[in-house]
This record gives sequence, structure tokens and C-alpha cells, in this order.
Amino acid sequence: MELSEIWFVLISVLFIGFFFLEGFDFGVGMSTRFLARNQKERTVMVNAIGPFWDANEVWLITGAGAIFAAFPHWYATMFSGYYLLMLAVLLSLIGRGVAFEYRRKVEDARWTNVWDWVIFFGSMLPPFLLGVLFTSMLKGVPIHKDMNMEAGFSDVINIYSIWGGLTITLLCLLHGLTFLSLKTEGEIRHRSAALAKKLVLAVFGSLVVFVGLSWLMTDIFEARPILELIIVVLIVLAVGLSYFFISNKREGMAFTMTGLGIVLTVSSIFVGLFPRVMVSSLNKAFNLTVYNASSGVYSLKIMTIVAVTILPFVLGYTIYSYYVFRKRVSDKEHLTY
Amino acid sequence: MDTVMLARIQFALTTIYHFFFVPLTIGLAFIIALMQTLYVVKKNEIYKKMAKFWGHLFLINFAVGVVTGIIQEFQFGMNWSDYSRFVGDVFGAPLAIEALLAFFIESTFIGLWIFGWDRLPKKVHLASIWLVSIGTMLSGFWILTANSFMQRPVGYEIRNGRAEMVDFHALITNGQLWVEFPHVITGALCTGAFFVAGISAYNLLKKKHIEFYKKSMNIALIIGLIGSLGTAFSGHAQAQYLVKTQPMKMAAAEGIWEDTPDPAPWSAFAWIDTKNQKNKFELNIPYALSYLSYSKFEGSLKGMKTLQAEYAKKYDRIVGKGTNYIPPVKTTYWSFRLMVGFGMAMILLSMIGLYLWKKGRLEQSSRFLKFLVPAISFPFLANTFGWVMTEVGRQPWTVFGLMTTADAVSPNVSAGTVLFSIIMYTLIFTILAGVMVYLMVREIKRGPVEHQDANSTVSIDPFSKAGV
Repeated sequence: MELSEIWFVLISVLFIGFFFLEGFDFGVGMSTRFLARNQKERTVMVNAIGPFWDANEVWLITGAGAIFAAFPHWYATMFSGYYLLMLAVLLSLIGRGVAFEYRRKVEDARWTNVWDWVIFFGSMLPPFLLGVLFTSMLKGVPIHKDMNMEAGFSDVINIYSIWGGLTITLLCLLHGLTFLSLKTEGEIRHRSAALAKKLVLAVFGSLVVFVGLSWLMTDIFEARPILELIIVVLIVLAVGLSYFFISNKREGMAFTMTGLGIVLTVSSIFVGLFPRVMVSSLNKAFNLTVYNASSGVYSLKIMTIVAVTILPFVLGYTIYSYYVFRKRVSDKEHLTY
Repeated sequence: MDTVMLARIQFALTTIYHFFFVPLTIGLAFIIALMQTLYVVKKNEIYKKMAKFWGHLFLINFAVGVVTGIIQEFQFGMNWSDYSRFVGDVFGAPLAIEALLAFFIESTFIGLWIFGWDRLPKKVHLASIWLVSIGTMLSGFWILTANSFMQRPVGYEIRNGRAEMVDFHALITNGQLWVEFPHVITGALCTGAFFVAGISAYNLLKKKHIEFYKKSMNIALIIGLIGSLGTAFSGHAQAQYLVKTQPMKMAAAEGIWEDTPDPAPWSAFAWIDTKNQKNKFELNIPYALSYLSYSKFEGSLKGMKTLQAEYAKKYDRIVGKGTNYIPPVKTTYWSFRLMVGFGMAMILLSMIGLYLWKKGRLEQSSRFLKFLVPAISFPFLANTFGWVMTEVGRQPWTVFGLMTTADAVSPNVSAGTVLFSIIMYTLIFTILAGVMVYLMVREIKRGPVEHQDANSTVSIDPFSKAGV
């Protein structure tokens, strides 16, 4: 396996990790608006993700940094090509990031409420927009011979990409609800489980349509039919099992399964892309691939050494932090955010 | 305006804004870690109170620092895609390492610190704030590794029409990095120190929590003196380094058009006429520039006109005939002087403060205390002018000697798009600044009291329908 191929896998892992981890805090952020009955409940929900969301976001930052370092052409084409989409993602993340910190800095219901709206939109828009980005990338965008992308509105926003964005958003919402049922007590715990149970069906339907659209509008099932079909079967299994576990109040397993649903769905995108990193809708010859978009061997080697050395530590203290905050959150304790 | 100019404005705007928060984060994290160490060692509750109070202000600032930092990372791809293609091989690596090595530490341990007061053993909790502090400095190290490459490219070869990394060791031992990194870190310590000192001074004037703010002030003044002296020495080393590696930047910073006499005088004030490429009026201090540049009272410096001819000979084949290698001179010249001026003022203030403290007259010296309050802005101004000098003084280069700013911009992004994003950023930044200042002032007015839990009061959300 070439180094550039390894880095494609590593970047996929970073984005899969991002959607798995930040997926649940996006989901929690989204559900604050309709699951909580009052500000106090909303505060409990926000505190359930309090110690984690910031580190979860770093997976995205690291993913983007890794693309920059390992595939400069991919980074340049994607970030400049999706300019306005990226801008919208950035603005959402800015608002959301400060909202967590600021929402209770002033003890005034209106103040908190405004920031909670920011959290709601800031949690819903990024998964949707990134879903749109990745699925439209999979479908193909106008990339010219010089590797520059000149996308019109419909290249980025079309039925397939909107459905992709919607599916990712719903998956995150479901994942957030199972997280809440796992991490909270009392009313919120029951209500989030009940809503998750209803939502599974919607997620399931959305995924079926997404697979159908992928069959029609992309070439991922031609490129790797067996692998993609296996993934589809596994997604069906994971989502099905999540329904089973939610019904049986096995919250840990339910959370694992909704997470697996996200992991598999995002994997299907990267599996479908490989060895391309961006698909040109103009000409196959203009595709960016792991071979023509990558950094030199030396650079990749250095990066590999660094990543292999540091990653175990990152995973170690990440797990430690989840262990420290393993208890359920309720309104009976001191709530920081 | 064209895309290049707009992209430059956006870069300046977002970087300057981001760099209001970064040095304060680095400086405060260190000071808070120090306070909490005193608490754990001396077991005096007042230090815990200090760590908590300054910690609140730190977090208000940290939040904006983090979110504006993401813009910086994405901006290279969005506005400067040709730059990213050309140097991604070298430049991307430190950025990725920064995320992997620093951001994960910062974000995980800040979570453990904020939420861990009652959950973690004291020493583990102390370790987490130290890890946050180390994380912020590591972050500075890697981003400056990337920046130093732009100032003085090393460890690369031009292959396949782009810069490819051939020597990672050269990147992290870049001479530029090792004059720039200490300068930025000590500057950040100043920022934290003068922030704490100014707020403490304000409260000492109001005679509120005297014991608390006196202790805070002492720590701040010591860090302030170490920081400001460190900034001066490392800045001096950096200037001498620039004379060798980026002579044009230094010539512009000193307003030298023609080669100087030997020994060279230093101009404290110059009326610069960029059109006719000369200074209409100069206030000179003899020998000083030779000494500043070479640590001896002899030696001349090349002027911008000579350097323009030299650069043209050397670089015209890369970037085309008739390129103007002279950066905006007035901006560079005055930024340099303002930076140094504010730096000197900080040394002086820390010295006076420590002297008054030693004499036991600090709380009574209301004139001095009154001066410390607006002095909160000094490090922020010095930091900003420092970066303006560094980045504007490098023009027309993005990567010195390799790529011009005009060639670095995204060819597929329209001026309108960039303008739209500038407007959006400006809007958001203005709101954020307003909110942040409002929150800081509130927090300062409330003072170092135990924070009550707001969740003891149940408030019904007006937007929610009961029974949803």
C-alpha cells in the first residue's frame, strides 16, 4: 500500500471519527429546541456534552489539516470550490462555539434563549452542509484540467446532495438522542428514548432513499459493488438493532448502534470515492486522485511518523476524559454551562 | 477592488482579530496555571479564588480565540488555493501537527479543567491547566513554524512546479522560527500580565477585594517584567536576523532609501515620501542603527533602492520583469516604531510597578494605578503592529523569494464572493467583540465571588409550548 493511500484511509478515519463524535453533540444541540420543555432541561442537555464538544470539533480541524498536508490539491480545490458552503459552515461553528460558553453568563432567560437558538442552528447547519458537501463531491463537480473547481448552484445543491445532507443530519439527531438517553436521568432520558424510537423509522426511510439515489446518480456501486453492498446491509442491521436496543432500554448498545450507523454511512462515501478524492463531472481524466493530488513521499513519511507517535496519546486522554465524565448528568448537580 | 486585494484585506482582518485573543489565551493560561500551583502548594484558598476568577475571564476570551482560529485554517484553501497547491507539501505539515499535537490537548484538558473542579483529584486538575498552557504554546510553535517558512523558506526543493519538503529538521530548526517563537511567547506573557495588572489596578483604585487584587497584581507585574524584557531581547535578535535574511523588510522598517553611511544613524522620526523615494525630514540618532543591526558601532545598511536592483536581478526571472519589491514603506516604518514604543512602555511600567510594590506604596499610588488601566491595550497594540510589520513588510512576497501574493490567490473565486465573506466576518466579529467586552466587564464588576448556580431558579422558556 502506498503512503498516499494510507493517508486517504487516515483522513477517512478522521472524518468518520468527527461525524461519530461531533455527530452526537450536533444531535444534542439540535434536539434542545424541541426535546427540552424549559431552559433548565436545556441546560442539563447542554451540560451532557459540555466537556466533549470542543475536542470533538478538533477532529474536523485535524481532518482539514491532514488534507492540507497530505493532499494539497484536494484541499485547494475543495476549499476554494465550495467557498460559500465553507463560509456557512464556519459561521455556524463560530456561533455555536461561543454560544455554549456564553449562554448562562448572564442570568436572564432571554439572553440564554437567544444563545440557545444559536446552538440549535449551529448544530443543525454544519452536519447538513457537510453532508451536502461530501455527497455532491461523490456525485461529481465541475473540476477543470487545471484542478480548479467552478461550481454553479445546481452542482452543489441538487436532489442528491440535499438528500445526503438531510440523511446525515437525521443520523446525527438520532445519535444525539441515544446519547441523551444514555447520559441523562429522569424525564429527559425517557423522552429522548421515546423520540429516538420514532425517529429510527424516519432515518431508515431516509437511508433507503439515499441508497437508491446513490445507485442512480453516482458510480459507487459500479466501482466497488460488493463492498458497498456489504456496507448497506450493515447499515440496515445497525439501524435495525438500534431500534431493538432503544425499545429494550439498553442505552449503551443503542448509542453504539446509532454511532455505527453514522460510521458506516460516512465510510460508504469514502469507499465510493477511493482512489479518487474528488470526482470531476466534466471528464474522468480531470479527477483528483490520491496519486495526483498528494504530497511528496518524504512529507507523507514525516507525517506518518508524527501521527503514529501522537495518536495513541490523543486516544488515551480522550478516553480518559469520557471516563472522568462517565456519570449521568442531572439538574441536581452543579451545571457549568 | 480585485480578488487579491480583497483576499489580503480578509487575511489582515481575520488574522488581526484572531490575534487579539491568542496572546491573551497563552498569557492567561500560564498565569492561571501559576496561580493554581500556588493554591495547591500553599493551600491558601485565595489562590483558588484567583484561578477561578481569572479563569472565567480566560474562558470568555478562549471561546472566541478557538472559533476564529478555524477561519485561519480554512482561509488558506478558500482564498489562497494556488498558495496551498504550491506549498501545501511543506506548509500543511506543521498545521496538521498543530491540530494533532496541540488542539487535542487544549480542547480535551480545557474540558477537564472547566468541568473537573469537583470531580478530579487536586493534582490531576492542576495538571490539566498546565497541559492547556503547554498546549497553547505548542500551538504557537507549530503555527510559527509554518509562518517562518513563509518568511524564510528552508528544507524544500522545487519539484513538479511546487515546493516539496526534503528536510523536516530544517523546518523546525529554522533560524527565523527561533527568533520569532520566543518573541511571540514573551509578547503573549505581557498580554496576560497587563490584562491582569490593569484589571487589578482598576479594582485597587475602587478599594475592592484589596488582598485579592494585590496578590494578582504582584504575579502580573513579575510576569510582565519577564515578558516585556524577553520581548525586547528576542525582538532585538529578530531584527538582527532580518538584516541578514530579509534586508528589504528592515530597510523599509527603518525608512532607508539610499545605502546608509558607516556607522549608520537610527531615525526616530521620518517624513517619508514614497513617491519620490526619499525622506523629507529625519530625526536621527548617530551610530544607533549600526549598533542595533550588528551589535557594534560600525557597519552600513543597504537602502531600498539598492535592494530593489539586487532583488530584480535575483528574482525577476521567477516573478517577471518590473516587479516592485519595495513593501508599503510608511506602514512598515510606523508599525515598527509603534510596536517598539509600546514594548518600551511596558518595560517601564513593570519596573515602576515592582519598585512601588517593593516600597509598599503600590496601592496608594493612584496615578500609577490609573495609568495601568488603559495600559491593558499596550500589548494588544504592540502585538498587532508587530504582525503588521512582519506581514506587510514581506510584500510583495507570500513565500519570500518563491511566490508573490498576487500568484497565491484562488483563481476560481470571484471578488464579489470574497467581499461577501468579508462583510459576514465583519458583522460576526463586531457582534462577538461587543458581547465579549460586555461579558468581561460584567464579570469584572461582579468580582471574585463564588459563582452561584443559575440553575436553582427554574425559568420557563417563552418559546416552548407546554407539553411538547
